[in-house]
Amino acid sequence: MERSVKIRTTDLNCFYGETRALDGITAELVRHSVTALIGPSGCGKSSFLRVLNRMNDLIPDTRLEGRIEIDGEDIYAEATDVIDLRRRVGMIFQKSNPFPMSVYDNVAYGVRVNDLARNSKEIDRIVESTLQSAALWDEVKDRLGKSALSLSGGQQQRLCIARALAVRPEILLMDEPASALDPISTAKIEELIYELKRDYTIVIVTHNMQQAARVSDETAFFLSGRLVELSDTKQLFTMPSERETEDYITGRFG
Amino acid sequence: MKGTLDRTVVGLSLTATIIIVLMLLIILVNVAINGWARLSIEFLTTAPQNGMNGGGIFPAIYGTVLLVLLMSIAAVPFGVLVAIYLAEYARTESYLYKVTRLAVNNLAGVPSIVFGLFGLGFFIQTIGGGLDDGFYGGQVVFGQPSIMWASLTMAVLTLPVVIVTVEESFRSVPREYREASLALGATRLQTIFRVVLPQSWAGVMTGTILAVSRGAGEVAPVLFTGAAFFLPYLPTRPNDQFMQLGYHVYVLSTQSPDVEATKPLLYSTVLVLLVLTFLLNITAVLIRKRMRAWNAA
Repeated sequence: MERSVKIRTTDLNCFYGETRALDGITAELVRHSVTALIGPSGCGKSSFLRVLNRMNDLIPDTRLEGRIEIDGEDIYAEATDVIDLRRRVGMIFQKSNPFPMSVYDNVAYGVRVNDLARNSKEIDRIVESTLQSAALWDEVKDRLGKSALSLSGGQQQRLCIARALAVRPEILLMDEPASALDPISTAKIEELIYELKRDYTIVIVTHNMQQAARVSDETAFFLSGRLVELSDTKQLFTMPSERETEDYITGRFG
Repeated sequence: MKGTLDRTVVGLSLTATIIIVLMLLIILVNVAINGWARLSIEFLTTAPQNGMNGGGIFPAIYGTVLLVLLMSIAAVPFGVLVAIYLAEYARTESYLYKVTRLAVNNLAGVPSIVFGLFGLGFFIQTIGGGLDDGFYGGQVVFGQPSIMWASLTMAVLTLPVVIVTVEESFRSVPREYREASLALGATRLQTIFRVVLPQSWAGVMTGTILAVSRGAGEVAPVLFTGAAFFLPYLPTRPNDQFMQLGYHVYVLSTQSPDVEATKPLLYSTVLVLLVLTFLLNITAVLIRKRMRAWNAA
């Protein structure tokens, strides 16, 4: 596969008030691949994820320095349409958060607010195809009108993935998407991530190093707001080039 | 020694509690027993007769219902908008937020007779009088007490209740829903109207009912702004006056030529007023309970 850069950050610093959350992050994330972000709690991996779709804008007193490019475009430029950016960069949260609406309306939500369909038939089609992409269609096709909250935890998280896919994003940001799920549901999500990377660029934060090793092509190790190492996943877990990475993956701290 | 003090305090607070409950009971029982006798379908559906010594209270019930209806139409949308600003847009450390907060809290503490005077001065004399001077060549059309001005005055009085209740229910909508919506490329406004507001409808309902039950019981705000002693007709135009239950109670108890003769009527009117406000309050409590259960599910 040709290596082409989807997301590039240069000297990225992020502050919450006086606290420095990100410290000089320069990284390249590859198109149509899965990049795992690992590191101990508070290391900045979630902050890094949330600056990529500017969800951090919502937190008061956030300050950002440096540059983030998606397809070569500065997403913090004056001319950037944040709303469109968030459509292009989907996000899956740690705690599955389907709206208290029907399964159907959850998936259709983004299509409706972004005006992506001409008529209700087209919405029907999008709902079906995205639920299929999220490997959920067979389980919910007879209960599309039921409340999304009646689904199991794993189904809810896959519904959230379907909801994000429905607006045709290019990038999916996942913030520990399986941390609250049982092993079987986790396996389904991981399988899904593997399927999705053909069409999407995926960035996933995970606490679980086995999971990072299983699902990702590249892994980034964060520590105290710094990016210590970003390299091929196999290499990072077998022959890390930094001492701190080795200490972390061998369980000496964190 | 210590035990004695303990028992004394417990005894005192228990006594105080019992006194409170007793007072409420005495009022309720007294009103219920004395009011029940005169209560009938006829009483609820006819107008007062013989200089308030007979007949029913239908115009007062009608006027009260119309008053709170018009008041809600004015207060609820306005209150919801303010609540949207406070809960969704304002930064809590901003100057405008603090001033609005202060205004809402103080508005809730202003004595209701002051609202009545405000309504007379602002709505009737300034706005109504201004309209008359500007459009009717000084002829009195809007510059007089009427159901419209009374409703607006009552709306100002009940606005804090609506704002606080709705804002609270907005804040109880989990942040995760807002984030999910924004992350899908929804605007803030879309998020508010498609996710937050549908989740807060119970709060809006509760706020409305609390405002209505407050508005139904108040007399002072309508005293100068539109309530009439007696009207031979029901209000049909916005600048008509109206009869109101609370004001009717005041009239029956102070303005009657024969106080003894109006007493049974007075009791029944008070009973109707009490039952009306109690029912509204109970509805509000039930809706809030359902909302909590629903949010927890």
